[in-house]
Amino acid sequence: METRYRPFSLWRIRAITANTLTELTRLKVFYVLLVFALVLIGSSIFMAQFSFQQEFQILKDVSLGAISLFTSLLAIVATARLIPQDIEDRTLYTILAKPVPRFEYVLGRITGVLLLLAISTLLMSAGFVLVLYLREQAVVHTTLRQMSNAPPDQIADALRVIQSSAFNINIFPGIAVIYLKACLLAALTLFVSTFATSNIFTIVVMAFIYFIGHLQATAREYWLQEHGGGLITRVFLAVVTLLFPDLQAFNLVDDIVAGTAISLAVFAKTAMLGLFYTAVYTLLATFVFYGKEL
Amino acid sequence: MMRTAVVLAVLVGFGTLKLPIERHLAALHRQEHFHGVEFNLDLREKLGQLGFVAALSGFRAIVADALFIQAHAAWENTEWGRMLLLFRHITTLQPRVLLFWDTAAWHMAWNASVAAMNDRTQPRLALRVKAQREYFALGKDFLERGIKNNPDRPDLYEALARLYKDKYKDHEHAAEYYAKAAAVPGAAPWDRRFSAYELSYCEGREREAYERLRSLYNEGEKERLPTLIKRLKFLEDKLGIPREQRIPQENKVVK
Repeated sequence: METRYRPFSLWRIRAITANTLTELTRLKVFYVLLVFALVLIGSSIFMAQFSFQQEFQILKDVSLGAISLFTSLLAIVATARLIPQDIEDRTLYTILAKPVPRFEYVLGRITGVLLLLAISTLLMSAGFVLVLYLREQAVVHTTLRQMSNAPPDQIADALRVIQSSAFNINIFPGIAVIYLKACLLAALTLFVSTFATSNIFTIVVMAFIYFIGHLQATAREYWLQEHGGGLITRVFLAVVTLLFPDLQAFNLVDDIVAGTAISLAVFAKTAMLGLFYTAVYTLLATFVFYGKEL
Repeated sequence: MMRTAVVLAVLVGFGTLKLPIERHLAALHRQEHFHGVEFNLDLREKLGQLGFVAALSGFRAIVADALFIQAHAAWENTEWGRMLLLFRHITTLQPRVLLFWDTAAWHMAWNASVAAMNDRTQPRLALRVKAQREYFALGKDFLERGIKNNPDRPDLYEALARLYKDKYKDHEHAAEYYAKAAAVPGAAPWDRRFSAYELSYCEGREREAYERLRSLYNEGEKERLPTLIKRLKFLEDKLGIPREQRIPQENKVVK
């Protein structure tokens, strides 16, 4: 029986997504998690000489910084190799020779990477929460032992201070924003890799974009000031402002650890911007990929 | 070629579209105390090339923590000058971390000032006292700048009140800052009480202190703590409060 060809199929995208995830897993990218675990355990042991507030502060900063670094690195390195590798292995020709539209291929690839990033972020967050919880419990036990003869309200106060220094519910939206930043970087890497000649080129370009993206907000404010520099400077600032994403907008976690509460409006708007960037860069990647001569 | 032109046009169009969104979001972030650090040449000079790049790339907290560990090592070696510099960098990088402001002030006003007073290499007492006062002022400066960056949190107001009380013996300012701490949401329940205690030591403000302590006393058993009763009785005597208006002599003290 002849099956009718569908111009869009979620099953095909799912197959490419699953394939991408399997490929990346076989590349042992999850070894990054091992490094993360070492950073986490190392920092928690090293910090034992500080007061518990200082220890929790540094543990949270280092862990969330490591989550941010590793997800960004993973997003760039894992995505950069996808298209060049498929061309080199000739897998791309096999896929596209079948009735698979190019946009489905791009969509399947990026979804696979986003899934990989989600799994990594979840595992790293779980590790971080576990270590933080264990350290908190250790401090709680020590405090209870030391205050065994104190009145109950003093013990309750001390425990409240320990719990408020250790865990902050706002950390979760902060981690979600880190994930969105990684999604943006993955989509942008995919876009760059559609016209790049090698994955090294893509990674180098992305490293530049990463640094420039963190300066974009400064460039934007300077560009929009009336007195900001000469013509060449203004043109340069305009290029940076218009062509690069504002990566600084996704660095909320430092202030969240410091105790700043993230409101629903801030989280929703930051998340929308991240999704907006990811969608636009994926669309651009698809558009360029359609014109690519294979 | 055509495709490249289209891509560039889309990027510029998207850039123009996202511009007001990014500006709005940046303003919202600032309003809600995110991204309070200004990256400028001054900070670049303080942090060095590598630290500045790391801080710019979203690892501001880790750079601050690394400097904090260095400051801790400097404390162990009693290098007060180096500690001061490091804490200035740390608080510049992480102005919303109360712990850093508080620790910096504590090191300056409590540890460094005592070290200056006990400095055996300085035989002249006047110079030792001068150095001690300078460290008090440095501690105060950290707390004042910390409050400027965190006006919505009570901890640093409380720390500054403690500094005025313990180091300057300035009860009026201590009362003022305890009161300010008490007015901020999330303040400790004792801030209001401490403010009234401190006020009770101020010459000429006994009446105000009495009214505040009495109002706390009237709130119930929970506020009737030994110090509050002691200060209230002292003020009753000092102000000549009529016997029928005074608190009972055998007041039950809540321990």
